[in-house]
Amino acid sequence: MNGLKKLINHPEQVVEEMIEGILLAHPGRFERIEKTTVLTRKSTVQLNKVGLVSGGGSGHEPAHVGYVGEGMLDAAVFGEVFTSPTPDQILEAIKAVDYGKGVLLIIKNYTGDVMNFEMAQELAEAEGIQVEKVIVADDVAVEDSTFTIGRRGIAGTVLVHRIAGAMAETGATLQEVKEAAEKVINNVRSMGMAISACTVPAAGKPSFQLADDEMEIGIGIHGEPGINRTKIQSSKEVASILVNKILADFNYENSEVAVLINGLGATPEMELYILNKEVQRILTEKNVAIYKTWVGEYMTSLEMSGVSVTLLKLDNQMKELFAQKVNTLTFQE
Amino acid sequence: MELTVDMAINWMEIARDKYKENKETLTMLDQAIGDGDHGINMARGYQAVVEKIAETEYDHPADVLKSVAMTLMAKVGGASGPLYGTAFMNMSMVMKGKTVDQKVLKEAIDHAITGMKQRGKSEIGEKTLLDVWDQVSSYLDSEDLSEPKEIIEVCQAVVEDTKQIQATKGRASYLNERSIGHEDPGSMSSFYLFEALAEVLEKEATV
Repeated sequence: MNGLKKLINHPEQVVEEMIEGILLAHPGRFERIEKTTVLTRKSTVQLNKVGLVSGGGSGHEPAHVGYVGEGMLDAAVFGEVFTSPTPDQILEAIKAVDYGKGVLLIIKNYTGDVMNFEMAQELAEAEGIQVEKVIVADDVAVEDSTFTIGRRGIAGTVLVHRIAGAMAETGATLQEVKEAAEKVINNVRSMGMAISACTVPAAGKPSFQLADDEMEIGIGIHGEPGINRTKIQSSKEVASILVNKILADFNYENSEVAVLINGLGATPEMELYILNKEVQRILTEKNVAIYKTWVGEYMTSLEMSGVSVTLLKLDNQMKELFAQKVNTLTFQE
Repeated sequence: MELTVDMAINWMEIARDKYKENKETLTMLDQAIGDGDHGINMARGYQAVVEKIAETEYDHPADVLKSVAMTLMAKVGGASGPLYGTAFMNMSMVMKGKTVDQKVLKEAIDHAITGMKQRGKSEIGEKTLLDVWDQVSSYLDSEDLSEPKEIIEVCQAVVEDTKQIQATKGRASYLNERSIGHEDPGSMSSFYLFEALAEVLEKEATV
């Protein structure tokens, strides 16, 4: 295993073995489409709603399988680690969750993801399925990056799943669900940082190097370069850097927001909560009212140590949708 | 010339050999500017293509290219899978039901370019594989194909040019000015594809 210190069997088999493990851990929750890496929502009743499909490279767990279930997604498509799933797999997911009201694709803005999902959309449309897509680009750190034209899609995607999922559950039309998703996309912003790198199993070595006393601000969820590298600072200072960058991009003053403090894979909850305290203090000082907060791991980057902060400006419709029932691995509210 | 089923299959076999032989070169180019998996992905994709077409019966070259499209799409991944998948899908659509002479081949390549432009949201002249395809199209428009090997020289010149310019789209754009001095890996992989095609046409021309 040439020194790769991971609890795995074969670097090439990690995705397949993870899926098998998920199915064994949660019988009754998912259905696997045969010969694919697609898990769909298992339902005891015949669903009559817009189908929601998301997915992307693996290594971001619980994204996206943790969001499959009542009130969120209908299918998650697993790609290889940090690699978009292919159109044939996405197409199978679309076909499986087309309950007759059409399918919405929720895509994170990475060049590979966008191309593969768009191609799947065209193939599905050719088969007569009504498909719409939304592209999430919430990361304010950089405009273009190693894997994107435009901004990257990161943890804000989870809130898109949540709102679009709740909307779809009400029986809304494809257009209405898409509009709800787009409203989240237009009002959500995120920013992340890391203090240590991650290693893609098949690559065998860390995706970048950070010295013991360094942190990188604005890093991507695949270890793509961010804005700058500095000496590590306190939680208070990190919170201020992240929040101020977000507030400089979008005006959240005098509004109500949802806050998502997301660990990147190896950051203890203790540190996430400490950061949350600092983030909320700053928001309160800036006259931003906090309606709802989530702290935990939602969009990780293997064993990267770091955090991202996401803010979403709410309106009444979103507040109502957040109040709806959700039952997935990651959200049970 | 007329592109037959056998020639289309042979084109893919030669392409597979080229990607296998040049896996390291493509990977090296991609490591310089991207994430370094282009060579591995193309070699894996074309190996799957050759296996797929070996087990299928075809009546028309358009059907071969459709198989190629579906296989590349499913096996290459990343951005290259959808781009090359789209290219072959569009070529197949143009060729369908037609005798694939030089004119139809040119139209097929043009339609591939249209598809890739749309898929990659890029234009000719942005240091991507589109530049190579565009030059092949121009060549097919103006020359009589009596010396198919000239296609190789045409492509070589484009790839060489990609070294000099800064990429604004595609893989190489991620590095901005650092992309100058490197051949674009996507252009290079398209070069191998057309080198393979030229060799097939050359063989046919000398029979």
